[in-house]
Amino acid sequence: MSEPSNSRKTLSGLIYSEKVRGIMAQVLVTGGIAFLAWYLISNTFENLDKQGIATGYGFLSLQSSFGISEHIISFDPSNTYGRALLVGLLNTVKVSFIGIIIATIIGFAVGISRMSSNWILSRIAAIYINLFRNIPVLLQLIFWYALINNGFPKPKQALEVLPDVFLSNRGVLYPVPADHPAYFWMGVVFVAALFGAWLLRRWALARQDRTGQSFPTVWAGLALVVVSVFITYLVFGAPTEMDTPVLKGFNFKGGAKLSPEFLSLLIGLSLYTSTYIADIVRSGLQSVPKGQKEAATDLGLKPSQTLVYVVIPQAQRVMIPPLTSQFLNLTKNSSLAVAVGYPDLVSLSNTTMNQTGQAIEAISIFMGIYLGLSLTISLFMNWYNKRMALVER
Amino acid sequence: MSNVTIKPLSSETIKPPSQGGVVNWMKDNLFSSRLNSVISIICIYFLVKFLIGVVDWGILNAVFAADSSACKAASGACWGIVSDKYRLIIFGTYPGDEQWRPLIAMIWFVGLIGCSLHRSFWKLWLIPVWIVSLIGLGVLMWGGVLGLSYVENTQWGGLPLTLLLAVVGTVAAFPLGILLALGRRSELPLIRVWCVAFIEIVRGVPLISVLFMASVMFPLFLPEGVTIDKLLRAQVGIILFTAAYLAEVFRGGLQAVPRGQYEAAAAMGLTYWQTMRVVVMPQALRIVIPPTVNSFISTFKDTSLVLIIGLFDLLATAKVAITDPTWRAFYVEAYIFVAAIYFVFCYSMASYANNLETELRKGEQH
Repeated sequence: MSEPSNSRKTLSGLIYSEKVRGIMAQVLVTGGIAFLAWYLISNTFENLDKQGIATGYGFLSLQSSFGISEHIISFDPSNTYGRALLVGLLNTVKVSFIGIIIATIIGFAVGISRMSSNWILSRIAAIYINLFRNIPVLLQLIFWYALINNGFPKPKQALEVLPDVFLSNRGVLYPVPADHPAYFWMGVVFVAALFGAWLLRRWALARQDRTGQSFPTVWAGLALVVVSVFITYLVFGAPTEMDTPVLKGFNFKGGAKLSPEFLSLLIGLSLYTSTYIADIVRSGLQSVPKGQKEAATDLGLKPSQTLVYVVIPQAQRVMIPPLTSQFLNLTKNSSLAVAVGYPDLVSLSNTTMNQTGQAIEAISIFMGIYLGLSLTISLFMNWYNKRMALVER
Repeated sequence: MSNVTIKPLSSETIKPPSQGGVVNWMKDNLFSSRLNSVISIICIYFLVKFLIGVVDWGILNAVFAADSSACKAASGACWGIVSDKYRLIIFGTYPGDEQWRPLIAMIWFVGLIGCSLHRSFWKLWLIPVWIVSLIGLGVLMWGGVLGLSYVENTQWGGLPLTLLLAVVGTVAAFPLGILLALGRRSELPLIRVWCVAFIEIVRGVPLISVLFMASVMFPLFLPEGVTIDKLLRAQVGIILFTAAYLAEVFRGGLQAVPRGQYEAAAAMGLTYWQTMRVVVMPQALRIVIPPTVNSFISTFKDTSLVLIIGLFDLLATAKVAITDPTWRAFYVEAYIFVAAIYFVFCYSMASYANNLETELRKGEQH
């Protein structure tokens, strides 16, 4: 749409020129935003000044003087606010990571059940999906928390669901192996064996490309990992001492614990997100044309081979982007921890800003962390989509 | 390929068409193979056991009267908390004699949403009807005119508040979302950058951080002496948050309009805004109605987060109801009641959106 050249010279021609209008619109919008930002920031500084609140992130190195009920790294009230926020971040990572695994397992099971030719199984899956999806996740969290706190027995009457595993309103207590250097080295060997299995897979694939001979990579890799870790265990003297929870007075001592806060958050997030994952699995499997499965069967592939070599590689292209966004949603929803008192990043930021008055800084920290996480994942997704995009003739 | 055995097609793979009747239906859908039979029997066993348990607890052994001593004696549910506290849960602290006002407002808006979702109402006059309704909503809820007594919005609560936050949140986010989506696809680089930045930043953070911003940071942004109350701040937060998500929904709709439509409009000499208004938007908006309904459902569920910043929505009023020592033990019933309300709203809208989507897709194929 080029303008007639003579109209450019007149003033009205200039106003009606698309290029000039475009530039003007951009200048106006940017100017407007800049003005708004300046106005808000100057107001903020004025208000902070009047209230006598210092700005900046100096508070991060001050002593926090509050306790945190759950921490992966050591923490006590004499530690700094900065360390408190780090504890919160690790707690967020912990609940999100475990939640993602559980939600994925349930989601796949429900999604596949939903696709089942068995009418009643498919109906039960559909009811599950509709029920847990259409109730706000916050309500679910609060419900589970109330149920564990009030509905479960007191520690004295705790249910022993498995030997030495106790269920009570203090959460779940379970035995863990007592501290021993063997476990550290088993971890090291485990990582090394995983790397070895990866090398093995590379070698097996290269050989298959060259000679066509297949190799039982999965079984060999599994054997490598299990055997090497077990040998390490034996080499370090096969420690058998366990740290078991024991009832002392009104509460348990020893063992490891899943707190009611953690459990309710984990259950709520996993069930809620699993309904979305189930739908993604269903649409992913449906997206593979029936002819593909028939063709694979006609080529003589077994049903398991059809699934692994034909259906999954095609379904995965459709499934992985929405799955990632659900994983991200679960991580973002874990910020609802503040409602059940699980010390996650947002919850501890909230405590920090109540104590120090540094609202802007505290909010900016957790927003920045979530934003960084989201952007990293969406960049990764863009890269993945490009790599996986169908290359057509 | 010597080890590949070719199986003859067995009678199992080619099934005769079903003969009809209950027995044949069960044979096809429940007992088609040995594995399926086992699964069906296990499922039926647990389902029956579960249903018996639910009926026993929820109906047969339940107490429906607001009598807490009878509740404690009974082995089943105590719906007494609902019959005693339903007004608190549904209307919050809105003055008792005036609760017909939020009730009318709710019925009106539920009806309006229902109509707006129906295809025969997709006309331009729907926009002024919505605007007038929103003004009417304000008059009804606040009062102070037409002989209605004034009710401060700190007294609003329960379901009307939840609906208000979600409806106003979506309706106000609608035009903003359209502008953002157009901006994101604009050819003007600076406008595109601002829109992308807004959309991605808002979508990258949890809603709770936006609400914290609205409740804690927003007062700092304003000049001294100017205060905006908490409800409005939360509402603004929800609008901005929803707008970013709607913008992505609309972007999908805009992308679905074929390029030829834009080119044809340009060839006819339409300007950018004419093209959008007359050619692109009518097509794009039709496509995005189902995902917009889904976005509304999300907003409806997400409004429950305002309880964290201290507003009394439906979930918060239920929490208040169970702080009453008489009913403290019956939190399960209170939460089930609230969950049922959320479920009815969300499920009906979701099924509607689903049907509409199928219908629209069918229409495209013809």
